[in-house]
Amino acid sequence: MSLRGVTVEVGGHTAVNNVTFDVKAGTLMGVVGPNGAGKSTLFNAIAGLLPVRQGKVTLHGAGQGSGGLAYVPQRESVNWRLPVTVMDVVMMGRCCRLGWFQRPGKRDRQIVKACLGRVGLWDQRSALMTELSGGQRQRVFVGRALAQEASVLLLDEAFSGADVAAQEALIGVLRTLRDEGRIILLATHDLTNLAGRFDQVLCLNRHVCACGPPEQVFTSEVMEQMYGAHGVGLNTDGES
Amino acid sequence: MVRALIGSILVGVMCPLVGAYTVTRNLAFIGDALAHAVLPGIVFGYIVGVNPAIAAVPTGVAVAVLVRTLSRRAGLSSDTSIGILFATMFALGLVMLATASTIRVNIEDLLLGQILAITPTGIYVSLGITVMVILGLFAFHHWLLFTSFDPLGAQVNSTRASVADHAFLVMLALVVVIGIQAAGIVLVMAMLVTPAATAYLLARRFVSIMMTGAALGTAAAVTGLYVSYYFNLSAGPAMTLVASGIFVLVVLFRPRTTPA
Repeated sequence: MSLRGVTVEVGGHTAVNNVTFDVKAGTLMGVVGPNGAGKSTLFNAIAGLLPVRQGKVTLHGAGQGSGGLAYVPQRESVNWRLPVTVMDVVMMGRCCRLGWFQRPGKRDRQIVKACLGRVGLWDQRSALMTELSGGQRQRVFVGRALAQEASVLLLDEAFSGADVAAQEALIGVLRTLRDEGRIILLATHDLTNLAGRFDQVLCLNRHVCACGPPEQVFTSEVMEQMYGAHGVGLNTDGES
Repeated sequence: MVRALIGSILVGVMCPLVGAYTVTRNLAFIGDALAHAVLPGIVFGYIVGVNPAIAAVPTGVAVAVLVRTLSRRAGLSSDTSIGILFATMFALGLVMLATASTIRVNIEDLLLGQILAITPTGIYVSLGITVMVILGLFAFHHWLLFTSFDPLGAQVNSTRASVADHAFLVMLALVVVIGIQAAGIVLVMAMLVTPAATAYLLARRFVSIMMTGAALGTAAAVTGLYVSYYFNLSAGPAMTLVASGIFVLVVLFRPRTTPA
């Protein structure tokens, strides 16, 4: 996946400007930055939900709207009033693999079962989504991406509402998917243990402040670019 | 009376089946708007001598598609687009009704429904719509669940999500046409929303909401029909009051373990 000079406008204002970076297959990348840094906007542009004013997004083998890219939105974008089960949600991932007027068959159910097993939620398959914890919900969405057979996963604020143990469980699942060659981008404003979690980190504050291995990118200058004077004292363990 | 009974059952079944989506997707307003917006089609039907139910179908479908197009092209919220279209189309219908000297239609019958006067053609139209919408709901079920639960995720998943959303609006418009014949323009929303909302309080899963809603809707429509027949009332208000009565009873006495 590569982005070249991507600029996106939202409501007439430039939300992200001239963003350029590459991600190789088999990479787990964290996208960090303060609130309003443009993380969600960037994801929406990659996913084809927002038009790119300038530049180009290239998704090798995972064209937008083809099922190759899976998007897990922020929890606020999901309609939790709809009473759907864990199984229902993972089955949604099979939609793009079905023909018009075709309903899920035995093979789809087998795939969904395998995906639920991989994210460790087969026992909760009949539970309503509203009955799960924040971390479990995120794993259901990852299961849906697996059922979709997506090669690129975008997870927006996936740690929101999940405690540290749930975050680590999610990262554990994502690592296995990374090892299979998938590209995973996870947006977060949580700076806890970034070096232990991600292969690469993209530091964003409307533009790319830095991009690279987490142990290299978090210099004082980068932290100041992202968080201003308060950022200089922060480290990537989330402590000041 | 047999035709009225068949018409009432169709309304009672179909409105909650589609209404389950409108309730859980917060789209109740659009059902009301579509009902008002098909008035020009109904009046046009009277003017040219076509059954009003038939004339209402293309109008409803056109308005349903226009709502999506207008909100996307003009960058307006759905509510705003619906508000503009709803008022414009209803006003157009009223002006057509006032200026068309060749037709004699009681506006009260249009607004409140006149199921006892439903024609054989009206029943055939309702039956045809019922078959189409049930097939549509069956075919699009997983896509409709997806777009209702996670619209952004669905849109990224496939361009078909948008087609499913349009298909839903078309099915909603079609069901509104059935509902208008029984409950009238003003009260069709009650049949669309109230039984489905009652079922939402009782059932745990979405498909159960659809089925429970259809059962409650049928009970309300048929009871309302007989109440209106024996007490010489309009059918629309009678059906609405029965549906609302069931809703109130469920709110008061529902088991506390079900999600709300």
